[in-house]
Amino acid sequence: MALFEATNVHGGYGGMNILNGVNMTVEADEIGVIVGPNGAGKSTMLKAIFGLLKVSEGCIKLRGEEITNADPVELVKRKMAFVPQEKNIFPSMSVQENLEMGAFSCKDSFAHMLDQVYGFFPPLADKRQQPAGELSGGQRQMVAMGRALMTEPSLILLDEPTAGLSPMYMAEIFERIITINKAGVGILMVEQHAKQALKIAHKGFVLVAGQNRFTDTGENLINDPEVAKAFLGG
Amino acid sequence: MLMKLPMKETLLMVALAVTLLLLIQVMGTAYGVRVLVEASCYAIIALGLTIQWGYAGLFNAGIMGFVALGGFSAMLLTFPVNQGFWESDLSGELGMAFMKLLAAVLLVAAVMQLHRISVPRRIRLPIILIVLASVYLWVVNAFAPVSQSIVSEHGFIGGLGLPVWAGWLVGGILAGTLAYFIGHICLGLRSDYLAIATLGVAEIIKAFLKNSDWLTRGTLTVSPLPWPVPGAGDVGFIMGRALYLSVTAVLIAIIFYLLHQAYKGPWGRMMRAIRDNELSSAAMGKNVNQRRLEVFVLGCVLMGIGGAALATFNGIFDPTGYLPLNHTFLIWVMVILGGPGNNMGTIFGAVFVYVIWVMSEPIALFILNGISYLGDMWFAWEAPSDFTSRALQARVFTIGLIITLVLRYAPKGLFPEKIQQHH
Amino acid sequence: MNELVFFVNNVVISGLTIGSIYALGAVGITLIFSILRFAHFAHADLMTLGAFFAFFLTTLFPAAGPAIGLPTAFVMLPFAMALTALSAVYIDKAFYRPLRSHGVKPIVIVMASLGVTLMLQGLIRMFMGTGARNMYIDDRKGIHRIDLPFDLANRPLVLTDPQILLLLFLVVAVIALHLFLTRSRLGKAMRAMSDNPDLARVSGINTDTVVKVTWVIAGCLAAAAGTLLSLDVSLKPDLSFHLLLPIFAAAIVGGVGHPYGALAGGFVIGFAETLSVFNWSVLLRPLRDYLWFDLPANLSFVSSEYKITVPFFILLAILVWRPTGLFKGKVL
Repeated sequence: MALFEATNVHGGYGGMNILNGVNMTVEADEIGVIVGPNGAGKSTMLKAIFGLLKVSEGCIKLRGEEITNADPVELVKRKMAFVPQEKNIFPSMSVQENLEMGAFSCKDSFAHMLDQVYGFFPPLADKRQQPAGELSGGQRQMVAMGRALMTEPSLILLDEPTAGLSPMYMAEIFERIITINKAGVGILMVEQHAKQALKIAHKGFVLVAGQNRFTDTGENLINDPEVAKAFLGG
Repeated sequence: MLMKLPMKETLLMVALAVTLLLLIQVMGTAYGVRVLVEASCYAIIALGLTIQWGYAGLFNAGIMGFVALGGFSAMLLTFPVNQGFWESDLSGELGMAFMKLLAAVLLVAAVMQLHRISVPRRIRLPIILIVLASVYLWVVNAFAPVSQSIVSEHGFIGGLGLPVWAGWLVGGILAGTLAYFIGHICLGLRSDYLAIATLGVAEIIKAFLKNSDWLTRGTLTVSPLPWPVPGAGDVGFIMGRALYLSVTAVLIAIIFYLLHQAYKGPWGRMMRAIRDNELSSAAMGKNVNQRRLEVFVLGCVLMGIGGAALATFNGIFDPTGYLPLNHTFLIWVMVILGGPGNNMGTIFGAVFVYVIWVMSEPIALFILNGISYLGDMWFAWEAPSDFTSRALQARVFTIGLIITLVLRYAPKGLFPEKIQQHH
Repeated sequence: MNELVFFVNNVVISGLTIGSIYALGAVGITLIFSILRFAHFAHADLMTLGAFFAFFLTTLFPAAGPAIGLPTAFVMLPFAMALTALSAVYIDKAFYRPLRSHGVKPIVIVMASLGVTLMLQGLIRMFMGTGARNMYIDDRKGIHRIDLPFDLANRPLVLTDPQILLLLFLVVAVIALHLFLTRSRLGKAMRAMSDNPDLARVSGINTDTVVKVTWVIAGCLAAAAGTLLSLDVSLKPDLSFHLLLPIFAAAIVGGVGHPYGALAGGFVIGFAETLSVFNWSVLLRPLRDYLWFDLPANLSFVSSEYKITVPFFILLAILVWRPTGLFKGKVL
């Protein structure tokens, strides 16, 4: 049984459908990467999965259980997490408090998870009490991802984690994503820096106009000339 | 415009006509016409609000203030001249006081410009504050003895004895000017702030009008105010009021026509574009706040005119008669029921709500006296002595309930604005 | 020296009292602004409602106060706070929440709160009549006259029981709120929702719970403010009329969304009022021989009929000069 399975998903904002039958599966130890031209519906797919917009048709399953159109709060309880692309931290709250908010739905003590997150992102450990809004872009991204990790999710959805970051930070973020994945967390992420993202991907999904165009391992997609064509609007 | 009235609106119009006929039947024609005239004045005021809310999404919680300013202008301009005052020294002294006020304003304006000659901030701020404080005290103390003497010797400064239409016009201008200042400060900010500011300004206007005995006779009130048409004394109640009604009806028709023209034209299209999608309009370079200010001022002008017409009709200027409940919230109900931005619907809403409001007092008393009687009979329940005044509070409750219910179930009002379909 | 005592009584003590009332109301307003993102016009009527509940309970159990040695209304305060909190939560559920789920513009919710204001006013006046009521049924207002030592002055400092209770309550409330917001999970969730409501939801914070807690806190503070003010003066149904503008001005002056700003704002407005209405010629009287002008009998900036203008002009001034307020709140 796959960790995550989306079948024939249709959905969008208001009346218009942006997703027109998207399929994807992610296994528990995989990094899945969604790429595609602008407007293809990549971020929309993540939001649809996380219950932030309505899925009109299709089925989404987590560990075999149906979660289509479930409330985000419910999904967090089921060990799924989402890191939005923008406004993904609480700027007036300290780094530590941001992480604590990630663990809001946990009933038990989360001290060990804090340690784990600081282990994943050592630069944050020195800045525990600093307001998150004062950090640099890359550090903020770390806070955002750390917050998502606090519930020990089995699957994390990342929406363009390297958007607006310098190449140095981008490499660092990808490093950390790999580390997190190796620790047993499934990743499904949308990326604009397609090539670098596909390099670390177990599975790649190329979306065009709300539908799957190519689905393959990351490596195969990079080496496929047709995929290159798709990014030029084919 | 009136090509083909759809079912719902026709039914509502019929319901209104029936209610009016009922009113006339029960209370007499003279009373019925009076209610219609007052309703027409409220309709003018409501039109002012409907363009503010419907065209520009502005929440004006201080309608009462602008209405009061209109009434004040009507009084000040049309009441006969107080010869005694103008011939005495006090008029000169009052003039002096106004001169001092002008000088004070100029001084403050000058001090505000200190940054142009590079006076550093740390010194500038205390200077401004000290100047403001001393100039304020100076002006207040200039007016105090004069106003005292005016009240004791002449009652109040009287009016200017000008024709009635001048009073109404100035009412609109005064309201519009105040609207300009308030709007200029608040319109760049969130609409809640405008609501709070207008709420405050209305209370201050009322406090000012109530306490400036030298200007308005305060609680002693000023009456009678002259009419634009022959009054009841000359031609009888019904005729006089009917004539007045024709004046206000013509006024409404003119306003309605002008608004309709503006709405159809480029200005109206721009307003609707801003209302429906502010972000893209702003991106296209339309100065959103400037347009909003225009609408706000225009709306308040209408409120001033309506307030003046109302005061003239009632023949009396009484500052304590301006109640936030009647003059602000009732208008809101009129606009919400009629459909914000829908001029026809607003006129309908105004007449309908006003008639219901007027009828609600005797009906409420009737019902509650019945309850009190039955309670006494069945349970030997003795109603408290201020039962009637308490009972009338039920109307307040009902208005609030109507507002919340309409907002919850029919946010577009009874007359939804027809969206132009482009095929 | 007498003049100084007069000053302390009429400016310092009065300012502290009314400032505390405004502060308690403004904190509620600012919390609602920051979590629910609208101006809650019915808040002043919540304060009146709370006072009304306290009054009602006092009439039911008038002996409770003297038994403990505190004013009965104060003893009933916790229950009044609970009732007001429940009312606030219910009002939100019945009137504001449906509008929120429809996704209307915030100004429409403000309008709904206007409707709620009218309903509350109508209800309260129906049950209470329109006259003023004394909150003391079987007890009396304790007034403490403190004479200055060494015969420095003939006039005593005047401090009433309700004023002391009010200040104590304020201190306790502020500390409690601070601890809540910085130490407790729910409190931090509130701050999170204020910062970024979408992210709060995505993080698994139950926004409904946070909203309810906000109303509970706002309702409790409002009830306390209304009750204690009525204890000091009297319970009038049009209490809300005199409170609405100042508490909003206080919240905006302090910076919308900052509870400590609202606190400060309350005292700014409170002291501004007492300072403006104070008759300064009393203080200048001992110096009158040295002044170059005649001291008028009444040298106050604003006469008491115009007291309402003070918060208004401060509000306008802040909107012109610094709309984000003293503590740089969000101009949402």
